[in-house]
Amino acid sequence: MRNKGLEFAVGVFILAGLLALLVLAFQVSSVTGLVKAKNYYEIIAEFDNTGDLKKNAPVAVSGVVVGHVKSIQLDPQTFRAKVTMKINSYFNRFPVDTSASILTQGLLGSNYISLTPGFDEKVLQSGGVIESTHSAIILENIIGQLMFNVKNSDK
Amino acid sequence: MKAGIQWLGRAGIDFCQAVGRSGLFLLSTLLARPKWRQIWPLFSLQLYRVGILSLLIILLSAVFIGMVVALQGYNTLQKFGAAQEVGQLLALSVVRELGPVVSALLFAGRAGSSLTAEIGLMRATEQITSMEIMAVDPLWRVVSPRLWAGFVALPLLTILFNLTAIYGGHLVAVDWLGVDSGAFWSNMQSAVSFREDILNGIIKSLVFGFVVSWVSVYQGFYAEPNAAGVSNATTKTVVYGSLLVLALDFVLTTMMIGGGNHA
Repeated sequence: MRNKGLEFAVGVFILAGLLALLVLAFQVSSVTGLVKAKNYYEIIAEFDNTGDLKKNAPVAVSGVVVGHVKSIQLDPQTFRAKVTMKINSYFNRFPVDTSASILTQGLLGSNYISLTPGFDEKVLQSGGVIESTHSAIILENIIGQLMFNVKNSDK
Repeated sequence: MKAGIQWLGRAGIDFCQAVGRSGLFLLSTLLARPKWRQIWPLFSLQLYRVGILSLLIILLSAVFIGMVVALQGYNTLQKFGAAQEVGQLLALSVVRELGPVVSALLFAGRAGSSLTAEIGLMRATEQITSMEIMAVDPLWRVVSPRLWAGFVALPLLTILFNLTAIYGGHLVAVDWLGVDSGAFWSNMQSAVSFREDILNGIIKSLVFGFVVSWVSVYQGFYAEPNAAGVSNATTKTVVYGSLLVLALDFVLTTMMIGGGNHA
């Protein structure tokens, strides 16, 4: 009692489901989580204050994203935040005197790391440490300083 | 007083019996000796009935839900000048919650109730008893194809629901409200993770499909063999199925998000 038309309809149904999954993967999520990019290397930067920086935040050079934040840890000795970044290995010629700063996208946007390449001949290796860093700008601190200055100038 | 406590005790014993019986029923259905050659036509017939015949209501609801979420989201986000983020809001709420849950609720109403009524009427008209007399195991002949069909159909329906809802929202946000199409998709793509959002939603729908079909076939199989009993069992399927879906959704979400303290 095989019903060809019915089996065909069921097959179309299953195919449509799988196809929709593919579209969801590519159109809606762009499959970044499924295929792990293997060709990257890690560099480390230590900050006094990471502000609101989060895991997976973008790392940009001149505004172009070249990698992501892999982890944020606190160094138990120095009490500075140790940020590990995954950088696309296509961009593997950062000089050792590259500086890293934590900036904010727009006025209220999320934080990201901006790298400014230096001029040294030597190149950062995988696991290399960026020496020159600028911490996140905490809006509350600036407002606090501003208030303090305004009060002082009144006297 | 004594009668009240006695009633409570009886209700407790009945509840434990029902849970145990449904567990044993599920186990013996899953372990029923599969005869693949014979079960395939039965299975594909059931997949047609619970899957394809539910497509229309699922897809129509998906379009409207996507449109409403996009409209509501746009109106609120616009106050903060973040109307471009509507794609992200739409995709995350549909893929994580609305897709699995709403499809499961519709599935319980559309397919679950009909499974229960069908098996219940088979029981009431003694078709199941006559199968047993003919040495045909009704568990694999009647119950098992329906259980498996529900288990397979709901995740597929959920995926189609997700996609339709997102395109429904796209219709409202981009074509009517004038959100930029590129911003709509790129904000969505940067926010939605395939593994953590889409796959977790599908895992939810696998669990829901399993639970809803289990409740449906159990209620039908053990329905009182008369008209009132079948109607009672059908109501119970929809009520228990929907409640279990909503409760399990909370449990699964808690497990997936991990209590909210994820970095």
